[in-house]
Amino acid sequence: MSDPIALVLFSGTDDKLHAAATIAAGASAMGRPVNILVQFWALDAFRADRIGQDHGLASDAIRPGSTMTAAPAGSLPWAETFRQAKELGDVQIRACSASMSFLGIDQSQLDPMVDDVCGIATFFLDAETGPVVFI
Amino acid sequence: MITMTTPLSDIDLSALESAKVVDARGSACPGPLLEAKKGMGTVQIGQVIEIWSSDPATKNDIGAWSTKVGHAFLGYLPGEGYERVFVRRGK
Repeated sequence: MSDPIALVLFSGTDDKLHAAATIAAGASAMGRPVNILVQFWALDAFRADRIGQDHGLASDAIRPGSTMTAAPAGSLPWAETFRQAKELGDVQIRACSASMSFLGIDQSQLDPMVDDVCGIATFFLDAETGPVVFI
Repeated sequence: MITMTTPLSDIDLSALESAKVVDARGSACPGPLLEAKKGMGTVQIGQVIEIWSSDPATKNDIGAWSTKVGHAFLGYLPGEGYERVFVRRGK
């Protein structure tokens, strides 16, 4: 069994979520369990009624005259990459409970790929043997 | 310790009968890898799939993935603007 990897998704822009989905899918395909905690602006992007919308780009990309897009040509939407990563491997996606109350939402308002809601200790219980990546 | 299998010659690759062709041309990383993993689930152990990809990184990625998860990376052949990557299902 390979070491698990944990991702904390904080940013809610499409470029960062695309990068996070690529890491999750790659790690999952390589046989590593992936534990994902979704918080704050990333969690807002995982709302069922918003997940398919345009979430913009990080400030790094929004320079005058920039024509950058969120992802290279030929990329799947990030939400689809996360869904496929879950289908193909051991990927848990959890919503941060504090962020849920901060946003004033409950799990029924999130995309169904979010498995459950948890606190930070529960997240670290699963994440303790591998690296934690914050995006 | 990870051991790579020796890739086959172009002639041997050309003679392979693939049980499945996964056409991932035009798809960006990690698309071809995910398609390959999905495709592998549809063939039996010992059978060969070939992945078509226009991303030049795919052949090395598929090689790394195969070695890691227990399939045999057999090599690749150039196509017109894409590459045909061959993998034998190992488990």
